[in-house]
Amino acid sequence: MEDLLLKTNDIGFVGDNSLLENTKVEALFALGNLKFPTRKDEAWKYTSLKSVQNRKFVTGDLLKSDKLEDFKVADMEANVLVFVNGHYSEEQSTILENNTDKIVISSLKAALNDNNNELSAYFGQTGSHTEEIFTALNTVNTKDGVLITVKENTVIEQPIHIINITKGTDIVAHPRNLFVAGENSMVKIISSYETEEGSSFTNSATEIMVHKNAMLDYYVLQNESVESVQVNNVHVIQKDNTNFSITTITTDGGLVRNNLKIEVDGKHCETKLYGLYFLRGTQHVDNHTYVDHIDTDCMSEELYKGVMNDQSTGVFNGKVFVHREAQKTNAFQSNKNILMTDEATIYSKPELEIYADDVKCSHGSTTGQFDEEALFYLRARGIDETSARKLLVDAFASDVLNNINIPALKEKVEARVDASLN
Amino acid sequence: MANKEDALLEELTQQEYKYGFTTDIESDLAPKGLNEDIIRLISSKKEEPEWMLEFRLKAFEKWKKMEEPKWAHVNFPKVDFQDAHYYAALKPKVELDSLDEVDPELLKTFEKLGISIDEQKKLTGVAVDIVMDSVSVKTTFSDKLFELGIIFCSFTEAIKKHPDLIKRYMGSVVPMTDNFYATLNSAVFTDGSFCYIPKGVRCPMELSTYFRINEANTGQFERTLVIADEGSYVSYLEGCTAPMRDENQMHAAVVELVAMKDAEIKYSTIQNWYPGDKNGKGGIYNFVTKRGICHESAKISWTQVETGSAVTWKYPSCILKGDNSVGEFYSVAVTNHHQQADTGTKMHHIGKNTKSIIISKGISAGKSNNSYRGLVKINKGATNARNFSQCDSLLMGNDCGAHTFPYIEVKNKSSKVEHEATTSKIGEDQIFYCNQRGIDTEQAVSLIVNGYTKEVLKQLPMEFAVEAQKLLEISLEGSVG
Amino acid sequence: MLKITDLKAKVEDKVILRGINLEVKLGEIHAIMGPNGSGKSTLASVLAGKDSYEAEGTVEFLGQDLLDLDPEERAALGVFLAFQYPVEIPGVSNMNFLKTAINSIRKQKGQDPMVAKEFLARVKEKSALVELDAALNSRSVNEGFSGGEKKRNEIFQMAMLEPKLGILDETDSGLDIDALRIVANGVNTLKNEDNAFIIITHYQRLLDYIIPDFVHVLYNGKIIKSGDKELAKELEAKGYDWLKEEAEAV
Repeated sequence: MEDLLLKTNDIGFVGDNSLLENTKVEALFALGNLKFPTRKDEAWKYTSLKSVQNRKFVTGDLLKSDKLEDFKVADMEANVLVFVNGHYSEEQSTILENNTDKIVISSLKAALNDNNNELSAYFGQTGSHTEEIFTALNTVNTKDGVLITVKENTVIEQPIHIINITKGTDIVAHPRNLFVAGENSMVKIISSYETEEGSSFTNSATEIMVHKNAMLDYYVLQNESVESVQVNNVHVIQKDNTNFSITTITTDGGLVRNNLKIEVDGKHCETKLYGLYFLRGTQHVDNHTYVDHIDTDCMSEELYKGVMNDQSTGVFNGKVFVHREAQKTNAFQSNKNILMTDEATIYSKPELEIYADDVKCSHGSTTGQFDEEALFYLRARGIDETSARKLLVDAFASDVLNNINIPALKEKVEARVDASLN
Repeated sequence: MANKEDALLEELTQQEYKYGFTTDIESDLAPKGLNEDIIRLISSKKEEPEWMLEFRLKAFEKWKKMEEPKWAHVNFPKVDFQDAHYYAALKPKVELDSLDEVDPELLKTFEKLGISIDEQKKLTGVAVDIVMDSVSVKTTFSDKLFELGIIFCSFTEAIKKHPDLIKRYMGSVVPMTDNFYATLNSAVFTDGSFCYIPKGVRCPMELSTYFRINEANTGQFERTLVIADEGSYVSYLEGCTAPMRDENQMHAAVVELVAMKDAEIKYSTIQNWYPGDKNGKGGIYNFVTKRGICHESAKISWTQVETGSAVTWKYPSCILKGDNSVGEFYSVAVTNHHQQADTGTKMHHIGKNTKSIIISKGISAGKSNNSYRGLVKINKGATNARNFSQCDSLLMGNDCGAHTFPYIEVKNKSSKVEHEATTSKIGEDQIFYCNQRGIDTEQAVSLIVNGYTKEVLKQLPMEFAVEAQKLLEISLEGSVG
Repeated sequence: MLKITDLKAKVEDKVILRGINLEVKLGEIHAIMGPNGSGKSTLASVLAGKDSYEAEGTVEFLGQDLLDLDPEERAALGVFLAFQYPVEIPGVSNMNFLKTAINSIRKQKGQDPMVAKEFLARVKEKSALVELDAALNSRSVNEGFSGGEKKRNEIFQMAMLEPKLGILDETDSGLDIDALRIVANGVNTLKNEDNAFIIITHYQRLLDYIIPDFVHVLYNGKIIKSGDKELAKELEAKGYDWLKEEAEAV
C-alpha cells in the first residue's frame, strides 16, 4: 500500500484542470511530509495497517452493477448517483432534481467541465488534504466523486443517495465528495459503500460546508466485503445556527477506519454524531471522531454503540475539544459496547479536552455482555432464541436507529443489522 | 474535625508557596553530570554490594538507548540530564540513635514543614522515615516495629541487611526498563524507604516517609518498596516538599508495592513539590512510576492529593493478578498558575472476579492544564472483572484547561466497565447562594472545593486529610474573583 | 426599615424593573404578586445583590444603601432570601454550611463563633419548627432533596439565621398543602415586631396561611396596584387581566 503514496502519475482527471490543480499540488507536497501511520502513532494505537501494506491494489474500470437494486433503498424516492470502482456511471444514476436554481447534483468531473464556481471555492477548504495522509492520498488520486451544492433558502425533499460499488479483486478507489449547504437550506445525503464482487481498498474523502441556518443530515452505510479495507474521512465545517447530524452504520467490511472531524465554527449550532457497528468474524472497525467547538453556545451530542461477535475488534476514539472562546458549550459523548464472546475486543477512548470554563461536558463509556437473563426471560415467555436475541439487539440499537429520519432508510438499516446477526 | 476545619480557614493568609525555604545544612554533593563514574561513586558512597552496582550499571546502559515519553499532555523544555547533581548527602553522615542526635537545623526544617517528628511521635504514633535530598535521614519507631517483625528502614539499610528481599522484589513490579524515568531511577537512585510486613501482621501505626529536595540543582531519585506478606495490612503515607528555586529540579521516583495473598496496602501521597512561581518560573518536574501487584484476594488502594510540581507525570497503577483482587485509585489533582499535570492510573485486570474503582477529581485554576489519563485493561481470562471510573473536572477561570483521556481495553465478555466523566465550573449560582447566607466568596470557594473533593479526602488518615485540605486551599487562593 | 426608591434594574440591556417604590416597616408582611415575567423574582435577586443585574435607584435598609453592599454584607445586615430554586452544593453538609454561614455573619459583626452546644441546640429547635428530618442535616446542601424538602430547608435556614428581613421568592411553587402549611407555620412563628417579610408569589393560596398586611401587584417592572389582603382575593377571582388593561390604559 505504501507505493500508493508515491503514485503520482495520474494526478488529475480530465487532463487536469487548473481549478483543482493547486489543491492537488498542495496534497502532493504534504505527502512528502506525512508519515504512513503505525501503531506508534497515538491516533492509530489500536488499528494496524500492516496486513494491508503488502497487498497490491489496482485501479478498476467502470463496470455495470448487477446488484444495484439491492444496494438502493427500497421505497425511497431519491436522487441516486452510482459509482463503480470510483467511476461515475451516468446511465445507472437517476437525478430527479435538475433545477439548478435549487441545487446542483453532479459528478466532480462534470462539475469541473462546467467550471463550477462553488467547486473551485470550496474544494480543499477544510485543509484536510495537507493534514491527514489518506485525504492527501485521495486528493492526489481521486478519479471522481460528487458535488452537491444546495442554494440558499432551499429545502430538498428527496434524499440524495450516493452508491459506491467496487467489483473485482483488490480494487482501489478514491471517492471524493464535496457538499455545500447554502444559507437556510435543508438536505439529506446518504453515502453507501458496497462490494459487488471481490475486494477493495476504498479511500473516501468528503468535505462538507454547512452555511448559516442550514440543516444537513448525512448517513454513511458501510457494507463492504470482509476482504476489503476502507478508510473514510469526513470533514465538516458548521457556521452559525446550523444543524448537522451524521449517522455511521457499519454492518460489514474487513478493516474499516472512519475519521470524522467536525469544526463547529459558529454560534448556536447543534451537532449530532451517531454510530452503530455490528461486527463478526475478524472484522476490525475503528471510529475516530473529533468535535471541535470553536464558538459559543453550541451543543454536541454523540452516541456510538457496538456489538462485537466472534473475534472481531471495535475501536472508539471520540474527542471533544472546547476552545477557550467556546463558552456555554454543552457536549455529551457516550460509547456503549456489548462483547458477545471472549475472543472479541473493544478499545474505547472517549476524550475531553476543555479550555473554556462555562461549559457542561460529560462522557461515558460502558462495556458489558449480552443480557442473558433478559434473554432467558423472553424465552420463558415462549419466544424462540433467535427472535429473542433479535429483539434485544434491536432494543440496543434503537436509540441510534431512531435518529434516522428517513423511514425507508431506517428499515433498510434495521434489516442489515438483523442480517449481520445471523 | 469540625474545629480543625475552622482553624484551617483562619490560617489561610499565605498565598505563595509556604514550604519554600532552604535549610542551611552542609551537604556532600557529587559533581554534576551522569556517567558510569557517577554511578560507581553513588554505589561506593553507599557502600553497596557488587550486585547492586551491577543492577545500576545495567539500567544505565539501557537508559542511554531510551527516549523520553512524549504522549503526555504536558509541555516543558528538554531536560539536560548532565546538568544535575545525582547525589547529595547530608554531612557529616553519622548513624543516629535517637532524635536528640539529629541536626537541630534539620529538626527546624521539619517543624517548618509542619511535621515536627517529635509531635508526630507523641501524638499520632506515626513511624516516619525522612528522605532529604535522596538520603534517608532518620527512621523513627523502627525498634517497636521490629518487635512485630515489621521491617521499616531506609532502602540503603535494606540492601545491606535484607539483600534477599531486595534482590527478589526490586524491579519485580516496575521492571528496570519499564520506562525512561524508571530506568533512570534504577541507575541513580540514592535512597528511599523499604517496608516489609510479615504474614498475618496488621501494622499498628501509619508508616510515613517525608521527602524533601533541599540542595540546588539536585535531582531526587528515591525508591520505595513495600511488601505485605500473606494476610497482612499496612497503611503507608508519603509527603513531599521542596524549597523555592528559580531553576527546575527533577524528581523521578519509583514505588513498588507487593500485596501477597489476602494482604492489603493503603498508600497515600500528599505531593506538594514546589510548583514554580506565579509566572511559571522554577518548580519540580515530577516523573514518578508507582505500581503495585495484587496476588489472590489482595487489595491495593492508592490515594493521592497532588497540589505541587511544575510538571506532574504520574500514574499509580495496580496489576490485579490474583483472582478476587481489588485495586483502588482516589485522586485529587489541583493545578494553578502555570502548573501542568498529566496524572491518572492503570488498572490491569488479569485474575478472575477482579475489581477496580477509580475516583479522580481534577481542579484547574490560573493558566494551568490538568489532565486525567487512565487505562482500564481487562484481559481475556479476567472473567467477571468489574471497573467503575468517575473522573470529574472543575474549572476555575477561563485560562486553564481540563482534559480527560481514558483508555478502555476489554477482551472479556463477562466483564463490566463503566466510565463517567463530567466537567463543570464552580457555579456562580452556588457562590451567590453562599454569599446570600453571609459567606464570602473566598470561603464559599473553599467550601465548595472541599465538598467536591470529599470522596477522595475521606480515604486519607485523619491528620493527613487535614493537611491535604489546607494544601488545597492554599493552592487555590485568589483563583476566583 | 426598608425603603425602596425608584429602583430600576436591567440584565444584559434588557430592562426588567422600571421604577419600584416600596416601604416596609418592622412587624409588617408585604405580599408581592404578579403574572409571570412581571419582575417579581428579579426584585428578590436585586435586593439580595445578585451581580448579574445592573441596578439603579436606592434601597435604604436600616440606614444603609443595600445597593452599595456585597451579598454577604447584606446577609450580615439581616437580609435573607429564600430561593425559588435552592442551589445544590455537592459534598458540603447542610450542618457545615449553616455553621459556616452563622459564624461568617458573626465574624462580620465582630462576634465570636457560636459554641457547638448552642449551635446544636438551635438546630434541634429550628428543624422541629419546619418538621425537617434530622437526617437531612448530614446530607449535602439540597442535593437529592425533594422539592418540598428544599423549600423547608430554606425556611429552616431562615430560622437559623434570624434575619431582619425575610424575602420568600415563590416559596409556595410546587408545594402540596401539607408542605405549604409547614412553611407558613414556620414564617408565622418567626414573625415578630422586630422583623419583616416580603412574600413573593404568583397565587393567593399561600396568603391563606400567611396573612399579609399589604398586597402589591407588580406588572411590567412596576407596582401598579397596592391594597390589603382583599386585593389578593380579588386577583384570585378575577385574574390579572383586568389590572393589566387598567395599567395599559394609563
